[in-house]
Amino acid sequence: MTWGDTIYLLPEIVISIGACLLLIAPVMRRGGGVVRASGAPSGGGARTAKWTMLAILVLTAVAVIASSGLVADVAQTKTFASMFALDSFAIFFKLLFIATMAMLVLLSDDYLAASRYSAWEYYSLLSFALCGMMFMVSGVHLAAIYIGLELLSLSSYILAGYFKNELKSTEAAMKYFVLGTVSSAILLYGISLIYGVTGTLNLMRIADAMSTLVTNDALMFGIMLLGAGLCFKIAAAPFHVWTPDVYEGAPTPITAFLSTASKSAAFAIFARIFYVGMHHFRLDWQVVLAIIAALSMIIGNLAAITQDNIKRMLAYSSIGHAGYVLLGIISVSEMGLYGVLVYSVVYVFATLGIWATVLMLSKHEYAGEQVSDFEGLHRRAPLWAFAMIIFLLSLGGIPPTAGFIGKYFLFYAAVGAGFGWLAIVAVLMSAVSMFFYFRIVMAMYLRDGDGQAEVVSSGGLKLVAAICLVVTLLFGILPGPLVEQAKISGGWVAKRVAANNAQR
Amino acid sequence: MDAIASNAPLVVFIVIGTIAVAASFLVVMMRNPVHSALFLLLTFLCVAVLFVIKAAEFVAAVQVLVYAGGIMVLFLFVVMLINVRHLPDEKMTTSYTLGGIGVGVAIFVLFFAVVRTGAYHDEAPNAAKKLTTVREQVLTQHPTDPNKLVRKWRAKDNRNAEAIGMALYRDYLVPFEVASLFLLVAMIGAIVIGKRELSALEEETAPDYMLERVETEKEVKDLVNAN
Repeated sequence: MTWGDTIYLLPEIVISIGACLLLIAPVMRRGGGVVRASGAPSGGGARTAKWTMLAILVLTAVAVIASSGLVADVAQTKTFASMFALDSFAIFFKLLFIATMAMLVLLSDDYLAASRYSAWEYYSLLSFALCGMMFMVSGVHLAAIYIGLELLSLSSYILAGYFKNELKSTEAAMKYFVLGTVSSAILLYGISLIYGVTGTLNLMRIADAMSTLVTNDALMFGIMLLGAGLCFKIAAAPFHVWTPDVYEGAPTPITAFLSTASKSAAFAIFARIFYVGMHHFRLDWQVVLAIIAALSMIIGNLAAITQDNIKRMLAYSSIGHAGYVLLGIISVSEMGLYGVLVYSVVYVFATLGIWATVLMLSKHEYAGEQVSDFEGLHRRAPLWAFAMIIFLLSLGGIPPTAGFIGKYFLFYAAVGAGFGWLAIVAVLMSAVSMFFYFRIVMAMYLRDGDGQAEVVSSGGLKLVAAICLVVTLLFGILPGPLVEQAKISGGWVAKRVAANNAQR
Repeated sequence: MDAIASNAPLVVFIVIGTIAVAASFLVVMMRNPVHSALFLLLTFLCVAVLFVIKAAEFVAAVQVLVYAGGIMVLFLFVVMLINVRHLPDEKMTTSYTLGGIGVGVAIFVLFFAVVRTGAYHDEAPNAAKKLTTVREQVLTQHPTDPNKLVRKWRAKDNRNAEAIGMALYRDYLVPFEVASLFLLVAMIGAIVIGKRELSALEEETAPDYMLERVETEKEVKDLVNAN
């Protein structure tokens, strides 16, 4: 390793420095900054924090694009003891995370200004979470992936409990923390068993070591524990119990963060670890993951039907979506990988759009979260009611929207890999999901509400909803560019899969 | 006697391991928090001995210094600071406890059955790692010209601290740095959750005397600092 290698980590370095700056900035602004005796409204501070954060995100994006010039095939580079790959797969997800994070900042803005909590630490913790996610998707070494995941998780625990005077938020943070650390311990135990058997933590070398093994109980157990830990992070079915409570109790923009960026980061490492590292034993883990996927889709979608709180409903729906993405991981084919990439993008934009609409209704901390608050929305805000329909259709996977493209890839890949029954379950459960998505549509169009929930649409929320609407419709009608990009970005991972499939 | 002498590490392992497990049980079962903390200390020391058996002297020393020295003192500080003498006498066994023990035993059996039958990559990975990561330059004779000396890298043996340093600061440098970010986040989290603040809203609604007191506190602090 030389100093020159640090250029590969430029985006991560930029965002870490930015996160520290966000901590220092308020202290620099007012001399000492400890006691604020006469009232400068906190709104002013929150606005400055927002612009600082957006500037840092722009710089990080520039750094990612600048470093993408260095992309090597497989990045089999010897940088940092072969721990980080600066490949197109990582760049794809890094740009997705930064875009998501920028939209989250716009979503958080009014919400934070209306609350009594400091915006600086909030954005700083979000930056650290982003840093963790970027390390994760670049990691081709289990230790590197794990430490990135932990950085993301720890920031998420704190952010979930950021409204520390609200009982719900504290409860969410506590549940998330306890269950999250247990799952991290399980993940770590799995990693240690894999290390014990293969003698390495590098995914490529793990794959080489595994190809010489016929079967091995300890290794199987290690893969199982690793899978269980990852399934907790993506909130797949038997490990999903934390999701509704945490999503409900966390501040709404943080719920949006957990259900989009954090989740797609977990999808990315799930795909990377199982495609690159564990494909040799795929016949063993495919079946287990198939059952988990089926359970996620069934439990998530059926439980969502009875929910009246929209945050809980979306939490169960996101459990179902974890099931759909698992289809792509189970299939271990190029098609499946492209499906995971495309679906991550599609899912993130549709979900963020929904959260933007929910936030328009929530004037203060926990208002506007019931399905009944959507009643008569088409009178009060016809455009947003229409946008909401598009987002819900996209999550349901109905043709003119981008959701269809994502599901098409995933289901097709599952059928191609011989999991036809799973694809049938997935289609059935998509139909079920349309049922509860249309509960919201019915509330918006067919019922006249008493108009209690006021619509507060700020510029930021409008911008996010508009971007999500355009992206969702554009990729639904013209999927070409997105699919092409997914094919380029999935490139070397897919090549390894293809080579391995040919070997068999 | 010979059997014991030749199996000394095994004997030590069995004795110390038993003490470690028993002490860790007592940590959870003691009703007095100070006693729990002291048994935790005993557990840490036993684990340090186990590290010595595995020829990881450096880790053992760190275990004693950091865990037994630093962290335990912090624990005891907190326990004595909040002055909890006895935990309330609750029933020790509830229906959850029995279920928990059942699940625990089941998982232990599973782990034991699966993990011990695994074929591991290397019986002594530490030894191999030491040899490959720690090297030194030595002067040796040139293979053809006996009057010439050449510098050569040679694997060094049995330098625990060096092996760890090499692994940590060279191979694992970047994860190590990220770990420092992780600790920073933990600290920020503790402060964010723990701090008491007067926010803008509270300032608007807070009675005057409270704001005055905050001001006075600041003045007093400034005065103290000035002197």
